[in-house]
Amino acid sequence: MSAPASSAWRVETRTRAATGFSVFAVLLVAIAFAAPFFVSRSLLQDLFLILTMLVLAQNWNLLAGYAGLVSVGQQAFVGFGAYAMFACVSLGGLDPILAVLIAGVAAAMLSVATGFFVFRLQGAYFAIGTWVVAEVVRLVLAQWRALGGGTGTSLPNAAIRDMAAVQWIAEAFSVRSAQAADILTYWLALILCCATIGFIYWLLRTRQGLGLSAVRDNQEAARSVGVDARRIKWAVYVSVAFVTGMAGALIYVQKARISPDAAFSVVDWTAYVIFIVVIGGIGTLEGPIIGVIVFFLLQKTLADYGSWYLLVLGLIGIAIMLFAPRGLWGLFSDRTGIQFFPVRRILKGGPSTDHQGTRGGPHG
Amino acid sequence: MIWVDTIVQGVLLGGLYALFAAGLSLVFGVMRLVNLAHGDLIVLGAFLILVIVSALGLNPFLAALVALPVMFCLGWGLQFVVLNRTLGDDILPPLLVTFGLSIVIQNALLEGFSADSRRISVGGLEAASVSLGPIAVGVMPLLTFLSAVAVIIALNALFYRTALGRAFRATSDDPVTAGLMGVDPKRLFATATGIAMIVVTIAALYLGTRSNFDPTIGPARLIYAFEAVIIGGLGSFWGTLAGGVIIGVAQTMGAAINPEWQILSGHVAFLLVLLFRPRGLFPRAND
Repeated sequence: MSAPASSAWRVETRTRAATGFSVFAVLLVAIAFAAPFFVSRSLLQDLFLILTMLVLAQNWNLLAGYAGLVSVGQQAFVGFGAYAMFACVSLGGLDPILAVLIAGVAAAMLSVATGFFVFRLQGAYFAIGTWVVAEVVRLVLAQWRALGGGTGTSLPNAAIRDMAAVQWIAEAFSVRSAQAADILTYWLALILCCATIGFIYWLLRTRQGLGLSAVRDNQEAARSVGVDARRIKWAVYVSVAFVTGMAGALIYVQKARISPDAAFSVVDWTAYVIFIVVIGGIGTLEGPIIGVIVFFLLQKTLADYGSWYLLVLGLIGIAIMLFAPRGLWGLFSDRTGIQFFPVRRILKGGPSTDHQGTRGGPHG
Repeated sequence: MIWVDTIVQGVLLGGLYALFAAGLSLVFGVMRLVNLAHGDLIVLGAFLILVIVSALGLNPFLAALVALPVMFCLGWGLQFVVLNRTLGDDILPPLLVTFGLSIVIQNALLEGFSADSRRISVGGLEAASVSLGPIAVGVMPLLTFLSAVAVIIALNALFYRTALGRAFRATSDDPVTAGLMGVDPKRLFATATGIAMIVVTIAALYLGTRSNFDPTIGPARLIYAFEAVIIGGLGSFWGTLAGGVIIGVAQTMGAAINPEWQILSGHVAFLLVLLFRPRGLFPRAND
């Protein structure tokens, strides 16, 4: 009964749409890198916001959509990263870019410490547990007088001006140092964003990624075939904290002003992020990209209506979760079968395949 | 002596937190649903009572009585139309839908009532106090605590002495078999949320009369309620009361040392319990 060599089983993830998309993606990233040459400063700041929100969204998506760890406390790592960066720059006199890296490490260390608490809770209780942890971190940092206590503080102007490469950019573009700093933070956000998406895409295509999806779909079954669910969840929790902390630090290099209430805002760093992922499509790499575009368009449209904006965003989020739980990208992908970041394993070849020559389930 | 006073005030404050938590505990016990909008529903209740007080000129206690059926119907409808659709093996839909609901309620209240701080006046009762031996105790905190005890007793009686409570427990254990015995889980869940909203209204009455409130304070109340439930142990109403008291005492003790530490010490007490007794002090449920 052995199949002839020409029709042996093969596992593939490549699809034609994805090959086309990768060419498009390379072009898009190249254009994005060149953006400071031809877009205005305010548009560049908007793009910075989009990129950093996308980083936060991709990380939350990895955590909730793939590892099944629904956290509403990611603001802990945004705020802690931001405060670590402020401490390095204001108190330690370090370069902000180096401080962003240190902030990531600090956030990862915080996640190891807090993980011992929150991993004792399951499911929905994990969610509120992470929120409590974020509140505790906020209240503790609000006691830190050297960084302004409850009212907050600003980065010294000189720290931004003397940042490595700012002078160089200022001369190359013949702009003032404040604008040069915007260009630099934009480039850093772009690098962080590409690295995040690249890392998650790579992760999902490895054995560990397959184990992760297996744990999400059925933890008991995954464990019975030898997947170490606990270790995978810990690894995801800590690496997400690392990137989230760097993103938080970078956001606050650009804002240059920090306060505990803003840095640990559940609305800014968790509610928006959750809505972006849910609206775009949870559990896909494409979803957060779609979601962040929708989020930004809504924000621009409803900017003058105050709290109506969040109200509408919340209602859309609820409607999507109830009627299209796989989000806008899920609706599109289910109808067309298109995937830009193919992580589904497709079984090809072998005897008695169907007319398309494929096998394998939708989440394989 | 001052420490005894601090502890007594903390116990009474714990009554308020137990009231916040009892509704959460009930809904979780029956359908394993954690409602992230619970705190915002309490704030919504407080605004409803405020509107009734100012529109009809009623005493706040009577106004709460008027609000009870309204809130029951709201809870019933919310569960029947929206939340029942989210129940299942996947934990994402209920969490994300109730989180969205929390944001929607907050912003709808902001739009309707602005961000101003409000308070429901109970006509001088706020300042009244009685002396228990050497300690003076506020009438409102005492009423709050007694109401919390009454609510816990009533919920226990409902759960363990009535046909409805038997249906709640049966459905909680095994919805399919309970369905075969003639229980309609969807209607039962709606009733449970309706009853939880009655507790929410009582909590809202004391929230609104004892301190200032504004549309954004809901999430903090949710966190206190959640901490009380976890400290007490899932599924135990008396445990929830004990959990509330522990949070309350930790907060007043923290505040006595340094006013800035009030909230923080409540959270720290919760984390310590989580570290040493992860299933709470009086665990009953097995999950």
